[in-house]
Amino acid sequence: MTEQISAVQQPVAATQPTDLPTKASAQAGTITPSANLLKQIQKEIGVNANLCYQCRKCSAGCPMSWAMDYTPAQLIHAIRLGLSDLVFSSKTMWMCSSCQTCTTRCPQDVDIAKIMDTCKIMAVKQGIPSPVPSVHKFNKAALRNIKWFGRMYELGLIGDLKMRTFEFFKDAGLGMKMFFKGKLKIFPSISPGRTATTWRIFSRVDKKEKSKEQSANTK
Amino acid sequence: MKYGYYPGCSLHSTGAEYDHSLKAVCDSLKIELQEVPGWVCCGTSPAHASSHLLATALPIKNLSFAEEAGLNELVVPCAACFSRFKVSLHEISQDAKLGEEIKEIIGADYQNKVKVTHPLDLLDKVDEKAIKESIKKNLSGMKVVCYYGCLLTRPPKAMHFDDVEYPMSMDRVLEKCGATVLDWSYKTDCCGATFALTETDAVLKLTHKILENAKAVGANAIAVACPLCHANLDTRQTEIEEKYQAQYGIPVLYFSQIMGLAFGLDPKKLGMMKHLVSTEPVLANIH
Ligand code: SF4
Ligand code: SF4
Repeated sequence: MTEQISAVQQPVAATQPTDLPTKASAQAGTITPSANLLKQIQKEIGVNANLCYQCRKCSAGCPMSWAMDYTPAQLIHAIRLGLSDLVFSSKTMWMCSSCQTCTTRCPQDVDIAKIMDTCKIMAVKQGIPSPVPSVHKFNKAALRNIKWFGRMYELGLIGDLKMRTFEFFKDAGLGMKMFFKGKLKIFPSISPGRTATTWRIFSRVDKKEKSKEQSANTK
Repeated sequence: MKYGYYPGCSLHSTGAEYDHSLKAVCDSLKIELQEVPGWVCCGTSPAHASSHLLATALPIKNLSFAEEAGLNELVVPCAACFSRFKVSLHEISQDAKLGEEIKEIIGADYQNKVKVTHPLDLLDKVDEKAIKESIKKNLSGMKVVCYYGCLLTRPPKAMHFDDVEYPMSMDRVLEKCGATVLDWSYKTDCCGATFALTETDAVLKLTHKILENAKAVGANAIAVACPLCHANLDTRQTEIEEKYQAQYGIPVLYFSQIMGLAFGLDPKKLGMMKHLVSTEPVLANIH
């Protein structure tokens, strides 16, 4: 436990909240505070980041904060300050493992893990490249896989991921071992009925999201 | 008693031994599991990181399949699927408008009649006498730590599963089966599951801590309830040992495999040979 505590405290000490604008300006050239950021997130998922009183309990328990550029509490604070540039180009949400520790422990009931998801979704919508491309590529490959087969076809997913990341030899040895233990199927299990189910759901979601975006833009 | 059963994608591939062993154990205890016809993937983390609508629609679609099949309780063994099901139900219970949108998307009038249950919850409630009657082998040489991972208990407002920080249901079930269950500090810590194929170094760092603590308390087996936790702790164990110059060799077993061993079921049928960390020491310890 002691090791974990020291590992998460470092980034907190290294980047005080007062550093935020400097880092943002270095990254984006200018700071464009947006009063809307917080409201936009609240509208999307009904979570009010303004309830946060910066106790940093979320960051203290976060198993991934060592790999983030801003701790979860800092990201929440940046959202409150309206620092869109900083938030959407941050590594933080991409290195979040969705373990839900922060959401569970927050004394103010801020659903931080859900905010992490929304930041990813909003960044992608704005075309901001993910600073952790492997994660974004994995998500895309996995969703394509589900849409086409109705179920996750792991070997196909690994192949797709390799085409997208060009890391052909990553985990090749492990893959072979799992294959010989009978853990990976060579062929996907295909059923037209299942594919129709997921295909329909994916396209209806797509349509709904597009029409929502349009109506938001015209307002 | 008959329950609906949603195995999820992993239990049909990398986690097949979880599927086989759980079915075998339920069979011994006369719990009938009926697979949901036509089930599709729950969307898991790629879906909730990409679209709230999609992430909610996929689990609810599966629940509507269960409802149409007349099943009123659905057993979901994979912790990741279980979490997606419970969170989606929580979301539509909080937001009626979302619930209507989801009905349109899935093309079904889901009536919210299906209860989602984790097999640990179910097995924890099985009469101790019934379990004791099924026991054929002595597992007292097995010193096991129970690893629940992130998704079974968190967030509690949606999961309603056991104690959020220090759950005990798996401990109780395995103790009833005769295993020696140990206290430890990493029951609900994260193994980095979502990063299994992408940010491998992060996974190694997190799993290393889990294995260290298991070793420190003297465990000779780790029990899990999630195929992603299993993959990270079992298939990556040699890599972790190399990277951190440590030696573990701790077999990682599904709780259902351990129950099956106590019930005297064939280790092959329980998938004991499918793990990368050898389970021989465990098998040699059973009498
Ligand atoms: S735990 Fe909650 S209140 Fe505390 S810093 Fe994090 S978000 Fe803010
Ligand atoms: S959900 Fe993400 S941000 Fe929250 S504690 Fe887990 S890894 Fe950290």
